[in-house]
This record gives sequence, C-alpha cells and structure tokens, in this order.
Amino acid sequence: MDRNLQKSEVDELKQDIQKLKDELRRKERLLFELQQKPLENCPYNNIFKRDEIVRYSRQMIMSEMGTDGQEALKNSNVLIVGIGGLGCPAALYLASSGVGKLTLVDYDTVELSNIHRQILHSEENIDIPKVDSAYAKLKRLNHNIKIVPLRQLINNTTVERLMKSTKYDVVLDCTDNVATRYLLNDACVLNNIPLVSGSALQMEGQLTVYHYMDGPCYRCLFPVPPPPETVTNCGDGGVLGPIPGVIGTLQALEAIKIIIKSEGILTSRFLIFDGASSTFRNVKLRKRNKDCEVCGDSPTILTLINYEQFCRSSAHDKVVDINIVKPEQQVDVEYFEKCKGTSLVIDVRPELEFKMCSLPSTINYPFTKLTKNVGGFTEFLKNQAKTTENVFFICRRGNDSQRALNYIQNDVIDSNLNVYNVKGGLRDYALKIDSNFPIY
Amino acid sequence: MKITVEFSGGAELLFNNKKSHDVDLPDKDTNWTIANLLLWIKDNLLQERPELFLQDNSVRPGILVLVNDTDWELLGCLDYKIEPRDKIIFISTLHGG
Repeated sequence: MDRNLQKSEVDELKQDIQKLKDELRRKERLLFELQQKPLENCPYNNIFKRDEIVRYSRQMIMSEMGTDGQEALKNSNVLIVGIGGLGCPAALYLASSGVGKLTLVDYDTVELSNIHRQILHSEENIDIPKVDSAYAKLKRLNHNIKIVPLRQLINNTTVERLMKSTKYDVVLDCTDNVATRYLLNDACVLNNIPLVSGSALQMEGQLTVYHYMDGPCYRCLFPVPPPPETVTNCGDGGVLGPIPGVIGTLQALEAIKIIIKSEGILTSRFLIFDGASSTFRNVKLRKRNKDCEVCGDSPTILTLINYEQFCRSSAHDKVVDINIVKPEQQVDVEYFEKCKGTSLVIDVRPELEFKMCSLPSTINYPFTKLTKNVGGFTEFLKNQAKTTENVFFICRRGNDSQRALNYIQNDVIDSNLNVYNVKGGLRDYALKIDSNFPIY
Repeated sequence: MKITVEFSGGAELLFNNKKSHDVDLPDKDTNWTIANLLLWIKDNLLQERPELFLQDNSVRPGILVLVNDTDWELLGCLDYKIEPRDKIIFISTLHGG
C-alpha cells in the first residue's frame, strides 16, 4: 500500500479513537457525578458530614490530628507546582487527606517515559496535559474536595496572579529546575507562605521546608545559584521511581503538618535520602539569615526578579540544542542514512545508553572517555578508519557529538579523515528514518 | 589525623564515584581548618574538573557543607578547626523533580 495513504488512514483512526475516548471520559464523569449523593448533614457533628467522618476517621482519631486538625485541612488552600515525580505522590496524599482546595500547576503533557515515576498518569493519558490526567485521578479518589487544574507555565506573571487570587497556606515545590526554585522561594517569602521543597535524582532525594518560623529560605542557604554545568536533570541523569515517590510523599506529610500546626516541621533542617544504601540523614541547618536578600531584616529583593538571567539557565529541564561545528560538517539524518553503510560511525553516548539501544555497526566511544584522552581517541579513530575516510559522530540529540567533534578537530586536521556530525542525533533518526528506534 | 570525608548529591562523580573516603590528614604545626582541607582534597582526592567543586577558595555555589551533620555556617565555615574523627560531608543540591 502507498505509504502516504496508509499514514493518513492511521492518522484518521487515531483522531476517531481520541474523539471516542473523550466522549467516554465525558460520559463516565457524568455518570459518576449523577451517582454521587450530595453529602448529607450529620446530626451528630456540626462541621463534618457523615461520609467525611467515616472517610477521615482513621486520621481524625489521632491526637496529632483530631477534629481541629481535620477542620484546618478542610479549610486549607494548597498549591502544588509541578505534577511530575514529586507532585504526583504529594497530590495523591493531600487529596486523600481532605485538603479543602488543591491547586495543581504544570504545563507539560504526559510522556511514556514519565509513567514509571509519575504515578497519577497512565498509558491512556499520553499526550494529554498532566494537570488534566491528575485531576481525573484525584477526583475519583476524593470528589469532596475542590481541585483546580491549571495548565500554565510557571513564570513571574502566573505566580503573581496565583498568589494574588488565593491566600495559600502552603506551597509545594515539585519542580525540576533551578530558576523556578528561586522564583517560588522569592514568591513565597514575599507572600509569607511556607514552602515545602523536594528534589530527586537517580538514587537520592532531598527535602526541607523553607521560610517557616525562624528557619531559612532557599536564598539563605544558597545566595548564589549553582553554575549551570553542574546541574543534572532527570532526563540525563535518570531517576528510580520510588525515590521521588518517597520525597513527594514526605512533602505531603510536611504540608499536612504545617496546616494542622504540628511541632516537628522540617525547618532549619535538611533531610537527605540515599536510596542506594537505604539511609536517611537529617542534618541541622542555619537559621534565617538576617542579611538575606529576600527574607532578611532589610531585604533588597522586594518584587520578583528575572530568574532565568539570575540562574543563567532556562526555567525548564529540557535540553537546549547547540550548534558549534562548521556548517559543512553538519549532516542531516537522511544523508547519514545513505552513507552509514560505508562509513565509520562513532556513537559518543554513555555506555549504558548505548547498551539500551544502538544502531547496528556503530562503535561506542563515550564522550567522557574521549575528553580524558583525546590522543588515545584519535589513534583509535585512525586505526578504525582504514577502509573509509568518512567518520560520522552521533549521540542522543546531536549535542555531545558536536562537542566530541570539536575536541578532536585539531588532531585530525592533518589526516585524510572527513568528520561529520549527525544533526539531531538518534532522536532525529527515530523521527525521520525509523520510528522503531526508541526516543528516550 | 583520621577523619571521614563524604560526597553526595552527584558531587561523588568528581571523586571516582566513591561516596565515603576514610582520610588520614598529615600532621602539621597549625590546626587543620576546612579551608586547608579543601586544598588537600583538591590535591589528593579530586579526580577531575576542580571548577565543579571549588570556586574562589571555597566550595562552588550549590554545595552544602556539613560537619558531623551540622551546617558549617553554624561552625565558622572555612575557619572551622577540624577534630579527629570528624565526618565532613559535601552535598550537591539536587533540582530534579
């Protein structure tokens, strides 16, 4: 069958299926709402309805919570920023505990590579906004609470609008980048809201509460942002699902404790979870810094600043593509596909990624190994390239392959080798040449 | 003087991916401070790219230093006088979510 004809048929079917799914979801929601009995007043308690008492009884009969605590939860407003690995478990526990109004903010849509850790999203949610997927799950879990899904980028304007519209009792920082962390910190200090900050990467997680009582804010601890090249995201470093699961769950716990005014809030302390050794380390931190630029006695930051500029990095965790090799050395995947059979192809990704998926007849030489011994690599290259003079460098997205090429530029200048970078890397290869190659 | 030096949050990647190091600091006439220790670490433990660990004679921004599970800020930062059996931890903060 004609390839184009088949493609349009597939697209049409996909659209039909999507429409039917939307219709199904709408009808399910309608049925669900019709079947929900309104909560009846309970003659035995003035504040809670019968079903609320039953639902929350297991936590309400504890002295730490009691009816006062439960009432505080019912009247509380919580903002969760980022509905990913941390935000999902945090939202799950906050919704089920009876927080009165839960606002969820995220701009992203669900991807297949999110699902191993972002436990509110499932296979049928791929490509739909994370906040919509989360809303549907949470509403099924607890329809008595108000959930506000906002598909928004978090920036100065949206944060200011959020904080102006509602007085939040606590904010959860479940985001994935440095610029947004400073933004949320400053916004919380300026509006006097405690900030429960969690983070996770690979096998480790970190947790603390900022701007609570006489504890420090993020700026007290880190007045200067880290150099961008020292920051690793989950897409590059990887993360094991239960790690953000643990930290996100603990964020929900700290939020509940703040709302019900518990003692023992994680302020002026920092919790470090090492999943590899199953250890928690709880360390003592400084108090609020009186000279802090935002929460000090005479602050100099009185309104939100430009955070991307301050951090020299973007307010997202996506990789920004570079273009650092000569135009004549850049080739697209179509050209690469034509030549690859008769050329030498060097894949510069880390060994583990190469093992996960690689093109046949390519050689793995990790970029980090190359940078440690450039001479060794060029020798290797000259030995390998005996039957061809064309060498293609490839990697996940086409960035490290350019760096690799630049590294060896001077060493191969005297040889008869032609070195090329495969633009867009394996990602473009999957998109344009063979969709069977996994995009990760 | 025997102490333990630990790295976590990704800082261990600059130290052969080893998190905990038992260290025997050579005797010297004056007290060992964290400032001295940083230089010693640079010369003796650090495997690559010192700029990702040190900056302007201190740790680079984004690394939290703890002495026996207490923020070094409470103990005098670079001037803290190291005692035998101290456990000094360098934690790189994480940002993933």
